[in-house]
Amino acid sequence: MQTIIYILPEVFLSISIMFLLMIGVFVKNSFKIVIYLTMGCLIFTIALIINQPNEIIKIFDNSYIIDKFSSFMKVLTLVFCLFILLLSKDYIKTNSIDKIEYPIIILAATLGMILMIGSYDLIVFYLGLELQSLSLYILAAFKRNEEKSTEAGLKYFVLSALASGLLLYGCSLIYGFTGSTNFQIISENLNEANTGAVFGIVFLIVGLAFKVSAVPFHMWTPDVYEGSPTSVTSFFALIPKIAGIAVFIRFLYVPFINIIEQWQTIIVFISIASMVLGAVAAIGQNNIKRLMAYSSIGHMGYALAGISTGTNEGIQSTIIYLTIYLVMNLGAFGCIFMMKRENIYYENINDLSGLSKNHPMFALSFLLILFSLAGIPPLAGFFAKFYIFVSVIKSEMYALAIIGLVTTVISAFYYLRIIKIIYFDKPKKPFEDIYDWGLKSSLILSSILVLIYFIYPSILIDAVSGIQIY
Amino acid sequence: MNFPILSTIIFIPLLGAFFILLTKGSQKNIEKNSKYVAIFSSLANFFLSLFLWFSFDPLISDFQFIEKKIWIDGFINFQLGIDGISILFILLTTFIAPICIFSGIHSIKFKIKEFLIAVLLMETLMLGVFCSLDLVIFYLFFEGGLIPMFLIIGIWGGPKRVYSAFKFFLFTLLGSVLMLIAIISIYWITGTTDVMELLNLRIPQKFQYLLWLAFFSSFAVKLPMWPVHTWLPDAHVEAPTAGSVILAAILLKMAGYGFMRFSLGLFPVASDYFTPLIFALSIVAVIYTSLVALMQDDMKKLIAYSSVAHMGFVTIGIFSITKQGLEGSIIQMISHGLVSAALFLCVGVVYDRYHSRMISSYGGLVNMMPKYAFVFMIFTLAALGLPGTSGFVGEFLILVGIFQKNVLVAILASLGVILAAAYMLWLYKRVIFGKITNSDLKVMKDLKRNEIYIFSSLVFLIIFFGFYPDPLLKTIDVSITNLINDYNMNLNFHLAEIIK
Repeated sequence: MQTIIYILPEVFLSISIMFLLMIGVFVKNSFKIVIYLTMGCLIFTIALIINQPNEIIKIFDNSYIIDKFSSFMKVLTLVFCLFILLLSKDYIKTNSIDKIEYPIIILAATLGMILMIGSYDLIVFYLGLELQSLSLYILAAFKRNEEKSTEAGLKYFVLSALASGLLLYGCSLIYGFTGSTNFQIISENLNEANTGAVFGIVFLIVGLAFKVSAVPFHMWTPDVYEGSPTSVTSFFALIPKIAGIAVFIRFLYVPFINIIEQWQTIIVFISIASMVLGAVAAIGQNNIKRLMAYSSIGHMGYALAGISTGTNEGIQSTIIYLTIYLVMNLGAFGCIFMMKRENIYYENINDLSGLSKNHPMFALSFLLILFSLAGIPPLAGFFAKFYIFVSVIKSEMYALAIIGLVTTVISAFYYLRIIKIIYFDKPKKPFEDIYDWGLKSSLILSSILVLIYFIYPSILIDAVSGIQIY
Repeated sequence: MNFPILSTIIFIPLLGAFFILLTKGSQKNIEKNSKYVAIFSSLANFFLSLFLWFSFDPLISDFQFIEKKIWIDGFINFQLGIDGISILFILLTTFIAPICIFSGIHSIKFKIKEFLIAVLLMETLMLGVFCSLDLVIFYLFFEGGLIPMFLIIGIWGGPKRVYSAFKFFLFTLLGSVLMLIAIISIYWITGTTDVMELLNLRIPQKFQYLLWLAFFSSFAVKLPMWPVHTWLPDAHVEAPTAGSVILAAILLKMAGYGFMRFSLGLFPVASDYFTPLIFALSIVAVIYTSLVALMQDDMKKLIAYSSVAHMGFVTIGIFSITKQGLEGSIIQMISHGLVSAALFLCVGVVYDRYHSRMISSYGGLVNMMPKYAFVFMIFTLAALGLPGTSGFVGEFLILVGIFQKNVLVAILASLGVILAAAYMLWLYKRVIFGKITNSDLKVMKDLKRNEIYIFSSLVFLIIFFGFYPDPLLKTIDVSITNLINDYNMNLNFHLAEIIK
């Protein structure tokens, strides 16, 4: 029973999910109460996690770990989950998806991801993954009377189930050839001669790459991003990436660290492919959600480049990258939520035409976020890429660095295209002024963070400097 | 002296831009207030930089006014400092910025507030480039300039502005990211990005070649050198007058400065090795782009191509690694900064009145605009390097410098001087002299008072430095000598190592 206090955040989250469900069932028109209580739960969970002892603790027969890395990633997940809820409140109401299930499923998905991040055992990991995936299937199809949303949900379900199957097959291979599901023991029993286990790792990487939408397992991303309600898209673009990257790091650096030569090539390939595809395929997109899908594929490529180095610095740079990516994407989706006219949300980038004339401040923050996504100094996006390339070049992977930077230039093109539409084109009908404080404050916060990050860039470095995986 | 004067100079325009952003009220009030703030902050900055010049000690070869703050612990320090080379560029920047603002206030018709913010931001970033003594900080400022410049071309530019803005942005970005790789590699090799330390450290020569090429790719695009100059004519033609002025007068100089400070300072062996490449490209630039300039119908394009040719002279001077050559390059850059700014403003004057940049639509302007004809003549003569103008001093010193190193290059480069005379005088003849063929021109008014102020200050400086370049030379003398000594010492050290 002593160990239960270490998983207090997880326990609290599960209980509150059930509790909220009860409220939803027994109290009429309780959406507003439920969503505010959900936010409250998230804040309280964050507080619980921050209060956890600052040491490495392994509980339940070494199958669950609490360390600085997992705490950092959990807090990141919860904080951004909170912001996504704040961001999309207005959208949920307008599109009449304000059902009580919505926040509760989001909470369930978050719980799944937190379990994934803390897992130190294949089975715990898989349980967390399934909880997350099942919730995400429902979320993607949440606007069930709309064809596109249903299609997105179904597509995501079929493909994701396939990926989960491959992943599970990989897990069983690893278990079969190393004799354990515990990360520590796998690590001890694993060596390059163990071909079966290496096979398993490949399957596992395929499954994980699917979850973070890295090339060549990205096919679902644009369709699901486009088809799902925008509030769900913003969730998809931010939160599962944190868990995905965290699990990637945990897997590659704890159980598989001994055979780094085997997986490094795969990760480098995935990384390069994602960066190139993310840069090239987005050029022709006119739907801003599809464009963000390709942009997120490209960004995951950079994050994986940091992981592929096999060093602690690489991990730290990836975590920094991920954090800045989240801030920027939060802002970008905030801007997408602002594209509303007479209760209809617009998604075509041409609808932004001449935005700078009608909404100068909105246009300015979009401009900052887009330049930051493109990685132009002195905005935060530049520093994200900078740290990644510092660690990549330190590991003497020059080809990766050069390809990565060239794709930065290519991807700058489509961000510039949006800026061109906003600033250089003729103005169209103005959008509505939105008075939702949650949306406005998130947007302002993220654009200001992007803008002033250069004043004190040490803040993130200090935050991640204590993180060590192996 | 502990007062952080360099940071003050860098961040005053930024502060001004911030105030302009905050201005509120009716449209008219916003415009009036932002104009005053912009003029005030840029002029204050100019006087502050003059003060900096007076308190600068030209006899010290080290960096002065050094400021150092920890920025990212154990990695990058926010470090500023200037020597004789950078101070002249700072002066040029703070001098050109108010001119841009004055000209922009009268010629920009919409979104004037945003325009002033962009120009002030540009000033901050350009000053940062010349002051920074850390490679990463240098890169931040160098690259950050893309954003406001992209907007200046794209929002206030001509009909093909989108294409030009994209071309400018992507060309420059592609060149610069390679420099970023080089900067990170330098950090990896030596463990520091501090320029002062790096100048004393000797980077192993096996790394130098690739690093030099990476820096070169960035500077060559920015300078621009043939064959990556093609963005420049497009950008110049489409940019508003003030944008062209910034571009020609200062942005191009950042690359020349970079060659001097980083290519020569950090990679002497590679610089020595690649000198023939630079000479070849520069000669092509001087002769080929001069010929191209001869054939232009568009005044701005002609001046843009002449810029490429003039910058070809600058690179020849820099890589001659003689005292005269380097001094000539700096004077040439300063002079070109003044002259090209003046020429673009001259084009702007007639463009504002008649809305055409085509040479063929003008002719016989001297009849309506005698004052304009007079100042345009002085700038034309300065551009072709007539003795008595600052253009002559620079070109002459460069040719003296290169003659000691390579006679063939010197002879070919002097061809460029003749060609410059040809295309500039022909331009002048077609626009100013001749019969008035276009009857619309008859209503053209001569220079307004504010234009006269701007032009007379430029004329004064061009002629003053033409007759008496001594203040400039005195400022850079010790720094240049120091640069050449260091270069030769490092080169000999590395060569001795190779022989070993």
